[in-house]
Amino acid sequence: MSVETFKFKSRMRAVTDNAVTLLAILATVIVVAPLIAIFAYLLYKGASSLNLAFFTQIPKPVGESGGGMANAIVGSGVLLAIASAIGVPIGIGGGIFLAEFGRGTKLANAVRFTADVLNGVPSIVMGMAIYVLIVKPQNSIIPFSGHFSAFSGGVALGIMMIPTVCRTTEEMLLMVPHAVREAALGLGVPNWRSVLSITVKTASPGIITGCMLAFARVAGETAPLIFTALGNAFWSASLNTPIAALPLQIYVYALSPYDDWHRLAWAGSLVLIVLIVLAVSLVRYVTSRGVLKGAS
Amino acid sequence: MGVGIEVTNLNAWYGTNHTLQDINLNIPANHATALIGPSGCGKSTFVRCLNRMHETNPIARVTGSVRIGDLDIYEGAKPVQIRRRVGMVFQRPNPFPTMSIYDNVASGLKLNGYSNKRVLDEIVEKSLKNSALWEEVKDDLKKKSGASLSGGQQQRLCIARALAVDPEVLLMDEPASALDPVSTSKIEDLIFQLKSQYTIVIVTHNMQQAARVAEKTGFFLNGRLVEFDSTHKIFTNPSDKRTEDYITGRFG
Amino acid sequence: MPEIRISQSQFQPESTTPEGGDRGRPVAHEPSEVRKYLLSRGNSALADRVFHVLMVVCGLSIFGIVLLIVYALMLGSALSWHKFGFGFFYKVFSDPVTNLPLFWDPVNARFSALPFVYGTLVSSFLALLIAVPLALGLATFLTEMCPGALRGPLAFLTELLAAIPSVIYGFWAVTVLVPLLRVHVNPPLTRWLGWTGLFNNDNPTGLGYLAGGVILSIMILPIISSLSREVMSTVPHSQREAVLALGATRWEMIRMAVLRNARIGIVGAIILGLGRALGETMAVAMVIGNTPEIHRSLLSNGSTMAAVIANEYAEAVSDMHYSALTEIGLALFIVTILVNALAQLLMWVVTRGTPSQTR
Repeated sequence: MSVETFKFKSRMRAVTDNAVTLLAILATVIVVAPLIAIFAYLLYKGASSLNLAFFTQIPKPVGESGGGMANAIVGSGVLLAIASAIGVPIGIGGGIFLAEFGRGTKLANAVRFTADVLNGVPSIVMGMAIYVLIVKPQNSIIPFSGHFSAFSGGVALGIMMIPTVCRTTEEMLLMVPHAVREAALGLGVPNWRSVLSITVKTASPGIITGCMLAFARVAGETAPLIFTALGNAFWSASLNTPIAALPLQIYVYALSPYDDWHRLAWAGSLVLIVLIVLAVSLVRYVTSRGVLKGAS
Repeated sequence: MGVGIEVTNLNAWYGTNHTLQDINLNIPANHATALIGPSGCGKSTFVRCLNRMHETNPIARVTGSVRIGDLDIYEGAKPVQIRRRVGMVFQRPNPFPTMSIYDNVASGLKLNGYSNKRVLDEIVEKSLKNSALWEEVKDDLKKKSGASLSGGQQQRLCIARALAVDPEVLLMDEPASALDPVSTSKIEDLIFQLKSQYTIVIVTHNMQQAARVAEKTGFFLNGRLVEFDSTHKIFTNPSDKRTEDYITGRFG
Repeated sequence: MPEIRISQSQFQPESTTPEGGDRGRPVAHEPSEVRKYLLSRGNSALADRVFHVLMVVCGLSIFGIVLLIVYALMLGSALSWHKFGFGFFYKVFSDPVTNLPLFWDPVNARFSALPFVYGTLVSSFLALLIAVPLALGLATFLTEMCPGALRGPLAFLTELLAAIPSVIYGFWAVTVLVPLLRVHVNPPLTRWLGWTGLFNNDNPTGLGYLAGGVILSIMILPIISSLSREVMSTVPHSQREAVLALGATRWEMIRMAVLRNARIGIVGAIILGLGRALGETMAVAMVIGNTPEIHRSLLSNGSTMAAVIANEYAEAVSDMHYSALTEIGLALFIVTILVNALAQLLMWVVTRGTPSQTR
């Protein structure tokens, strides 16, 4: 090609390069700015609505100002306790299966794949399944069935935790160096003891981190609770009745026409966000410090 | 006191790879026996057959017999039981990272359910003394983690851990290859001390090391045991030409 | 005499033990207490077996969950399935009074899921349209152009975005986004782009497909961006250097070395984002307007599959109503499983079977 064409093309290439860089920066700004705006807005609205009453009182009837979401906080606690009791042991067990017993087998690959796919399934579907199985049937042998209950909500959340905990546990266990397992086996330690007391224990910071992530994710879930736990305007910690939950309460109040309830919803959102940010930050901190100190 | 090891027609495979072929060998009690040979000749595999660690690999297979003392380890007992009587020190030090020095040494006992604290204290002290680590760590037994020691110290910790279960045989797979010369010589001194109480089998790349510590030496090549004789003879007047080629450095 | 490298003095004295080796008669030595204890321990075969079985059961629970959901949803939707069959998803009824198309009539037990399918597709693709370029731009910036000090905080911020619960997004959208659209975005869109037929504003509330699409795009952006970043950063530096050494500009390098190698993974990331958008419930339910109708204009109210379930399930009027909603749930489940499975397959191809990141 001629010199002029070459010079032109070179300039075009340089211009394109700069244009793309600009676009990328623009994209970043478009993403980051609203993000920061959202956070700032949440903080502002939430902080101005937050007071001691929020943590100690239950909602007042419509028309009266004040009140809080104490029952929702307690309710979320109950639900998360049930969910963890189901999700954590089974999830960790699944992770142990994938990392220690099934490694390389077709079964383990199928389990891993299915767990990853399950993680992407909308949570409302889990809620519906639990509704059909536990809330609706009137004469079932399942405990607490036949009506909306904290138990059903906890089960729905627990089932959601299992695939997440399973995969993170597996990843953490795989990071334990083979040499450590060999050392345990070489001492004549039975396999079950070696897996639990050595491998799992070595990976435990990471495993706990994974559980925290699952916990934080499930803490913010609303959809599965709409027709399992249902929500409750009053104090309740019983497994057998509908129970309030923080995200559920936020949903109901956000859609209501009352300013007071909006205020409470903002405060609740802030509390939820703070908890989740804490969890995510903690996870990052633990993972960045090196999950397995010295085990290299 | 240690016991002798009698190996008869031992063959080992990794999948289709016939790693060990017709090994016949008698390892004397209360001696140190060195196994030398070029990389990949099967000496590590051989040693791992002696405590049934070879079969932890799912594609591994073994035929033949290994008798340790009176016991046929393949027919007469389960791997877990064998490994309590045959201790192993690995090439890279592998202390348990979440445990203190004390717990590391006691792990072979604690994880098998032993809980008598007084006896554990004694055993930990004795094992650390036997592995020449006691003086350096006696003040930090429960405070420092096993992983916070230097490489040479970690390896001695692993030796102490292996000794704590009072094995009859001690297998060492290139125990000093990852260590600096000072640590290496400390470990060689150790082996020298220990062999009066245990039967020691040491795999090594380092022929000088074999000469320094072992009474008998076996030369492996391509999965076969070429020659097994007193160390002196192997290194001064080997019967097999291949042995001679290896020691004089013509290959390996 | 072969040349020797070892001095004579180093050899160990030959011991007096006979050649055959000691066959294990220990010299008058009482086994220590420790040795006796260890010898008395069994081989834990039972404990190992039980442990193994327990762990396998835990692993199989994953399949159990899938089967449970399928069983429950099929059970719950049986009624509606028997009545409407496949037509459930494309039938158009008509209102006897106005003769306008009618889809969702709980009172008269006539149900068609078409508007929800339509709404789901429209809002999801709109979300992709907005999110994909932005996410890829962000990912490119973070992996290729970003100064090191900024990278950590930005990545952290993106991670936080992904962790915000759906209901809070919805709340923010209702309070901030919808009025913003209503006042500042929709009128200009109607004025300038109304000729396309996509922006007719009949009931100016700010709710509708556009609002749903925008909030969805914000929500799926972090996933697409993070996964794309991961895939892009696994492209080896040698590839980048090779292209640069040929005189390419930075963009050309990105295009030829990074994006080309990472494109399968990026497609996987996008599909994963789509999967998330299809099933997203709370935020969409709060801004889409919850009207079971089909309209061409993006500014009209509509509904999605997930949204209608969230809105009507707790107060369904009849068994048939429940059943219809459950059938929508079953369809949603199957679709998201398929989409996610496709995405996971693509990611698996990229990472070659190593455990993939849980997102």
